[in-house]
Amino acid sequence: MNKTMYEKIWDDHLVHESEGQAPILYIDRHLLHEVTSPQAFEGLRNANRPVRRTAANLATLDHCVPTTDRDQPIKDPIARIQVETMMKNCSDNGMRLYDMDSPNNGIIHIVVPEHGFVHPGMTVVCGDSHTATHGAFGALAFGIGTSEVEHVLSSQTLRQKKSKTMRVNVEGELSEFCTAKDIALSIIGHIGTAGGTGYVIEYTGDAIKKLSMEGRMTLCNLAIESGARAGLVAPDEKTFEFLKGREFAPQGDDWDKAVAYWKSIVTDEGAEYDTEVTMHADDIAPQVTWGTSPEQVIGVDKKVPDPKQFSDEDKQKSCASALNYMGLQANTDITDIAIDYVFIGSCTNGRIEDLRAAAKVAAGTTVADGVTAIVVPGSYRVKKQAEEEGLNQIFLDAGWQWREPGCSMCLAMNGDELKPGERCASTSNRNFEGRQGKGGRTHLVSPAMAAAAAAAGKFVDIRKL
Amino acid sequence: MKPYTNHTSTAALMERSNVDTDQIIPKQFLKKVERSGFGVHLFHDWRFNADGSDNADFELNKDAFKDARILVAGDNFGCGSSREHAPWAIEDYGFNTIISTSYADIFYNNCFKNGILPIVVTRQELDQLMQEIRDNEGVKFSIDLSAKTITTAAGTVVKFDIDEFRKQNLLSGLDDIGMTLKHVDKIDSFEARQQQTHPWLWK
Ligand code: SF4
Repeated sequence: MNKTMYEKIWDDHLVHESEGQAPILYIDRHLLHEVTSPQAFEGLRNANRPVRRTAANLATLDHCVPTTDRDQPIKDPIARIQVETMMKNCSDNGMRLYDMDSPNNGIIHIVVPEHGFVHPGMTVVCGDSHTATHGAFGALAFGIGTSEVEHVLSSQTLRQKKSKTMRVNVEGELSEFCTAKDIALSIIGHIGTAGGTGYVIEYTGDAIKKLSMEGRMTLCNLAIESGARAGLVAPDEKTFEFLKGREFAPQGDDWDKAVAYWKSIVTDEGAEYDTEVTMHADDIAPQVTWGTSPEQVIGVDKKVPDPKQFSDEDKQKSCASALNYMGLQANTDITDIAIDYVFIGSCTNGRIEDLRAAAKVAAGTTVADGVTAIVVPGSYRVKKQAEEEGLNQIFLDAGWQWREPGCSMCLAMNGDELKPGERCASTSNRNFEGRQGKGGRTHLVSPAMAAAAAAAGKFVDIRKL
Repeated sequence: MKPYTNHTSTAALMERSNVDTDQIIPKQFLKKVERSGFGVHLFHDWRFNADGSDNADFELNKDAFKDARILVAGDNFGCGSSREHAPWAIEDYGFNTIISTSYADIFYNNCFKNGILPIVVTRQELDQLMQEIRDNEGVKFSIDLSAKTITTAAGTVVKFDIDEFRKQNLLSGLDDIGMTLKHVDKIDSFEARQQQTHPWLWK
């Protein structure tokens, strides 16, 4: 039978299936951070259960960590306890942790690929919805809850229901001003934030094949924002090239065996998906979200929609309430929306390629009056690389702040946040109410769009720069 | 986990779709390392005014919904972050049943680990149930998980579907991990096999 990549990975990890029970799936790699794991470790301790396979775990500290004054103790006492708890849990269980002082520290989904910890064909989970990022390598990677974290720690397996398969085929050529972020946002705009619910999406087509590994990570990272359990891109030479020589990549004789296996897991010719969607990259303009859900997104050359435009009553209500929260009038040109803040970073767009794209636009500009602009590299490795390339200097010269790595304003848990009413051009992944601070207003964009907005103090169509 | 038993309780109405887990439990409460005590923070940013007093405009603050155990909400409930703090807060606040047309995947799974029954109904059924609450705030619904039915005070009966194993787990309150570890021999042999076929995964 012809199988999709998802079905092949599933079959290769099925441990046990029995009538009336959810199948048990083997998990190759488990990623951890400080926010969603403490209660899982507590559960293990209470039940007196050991961690089954310590080497399959990799942990980092990212959500709560400050992006300034890293040599000082964390000011927020509760955050400090969370960080200390993580350090203790990892050391008690002999687990690998890239703590705040480690040169390997950074956002979990940035650090893991940097180290080659995830390979094609693996099953990968983390108590974090953006685990989908690792689908860029052709790994089945998805977010889980804390009870499931405990389940994986103690059994190296999960009880899973098989998902349906969706193919999102993006044909054609992307404009040089558009990125994987714009593809991802326009897909979400097209199928909706619940469009992928119950599915694992495989992204195919010319426009996807042409994306760099970084771009594929951005794309798969946002699979969850369309409701999908996971996103997948078939591994190819780019994938192998990226992994080769990294710390946890297969070495020596194993390399060829692994590559042969990786090539075997791609979707068979003629395999069927439960649903197919086709989009054309040529039609995609730089995207800007205008509302409080990632599906409320539009091209930068358009206007803020009017609730009356929607036929569905529910969508009308959502539009009206989003405009109210966002402080926007219907029919305003997107390029007339003024901003107060710019955030470049997160596991969506905090990689070196993102920083390069933003720096290219920021070079020679000055951050507009009244605008605060910050760059938070996704990891120390990204930061170091950017500094070697002089990107930090470009940003600093333009009036940006250059920070230490972490999740920072993606979820604003570490003290970096918007004040009520402030409006932010952000390269992160969620524009939910309050996500970047209570009352804060978030517009999701690509790094280049964010950099252009910083200089202009409002959104700009970068195709016209 | 407490076993789920049939009950008749007040149904609270939340006429919003895409209610995300950032709203259910805002990030400032995610720093706790315990599993309990999240109920007081449920829907914090909607529920309280800046000075900490109750926001009278927020639906769950209505007197009629005070003792509700059933939450009736719009499409795609629980989207966004994977935080299990969301179902912990919902459960701790007092809800054990949610009724909507759809849920985000991770949130849906998380409910079952915490004794919460997330019921999926059609749009039409949801409209009907919502209307009955609007007409009579404080109205009670009866949930029968074994029979997979919702019965309203007005006599409307809605049948719902749920995976058999999920239903059984809720009814028995059994510990998932314990059940999986009964198959530890199968996990052992899977690992032994994978070490042969995919040795690079074990170095
Ligand atoms: S950067 Fe944002 S989305 Fe990514 S792991 Fe951190 S908080 Fe989650």
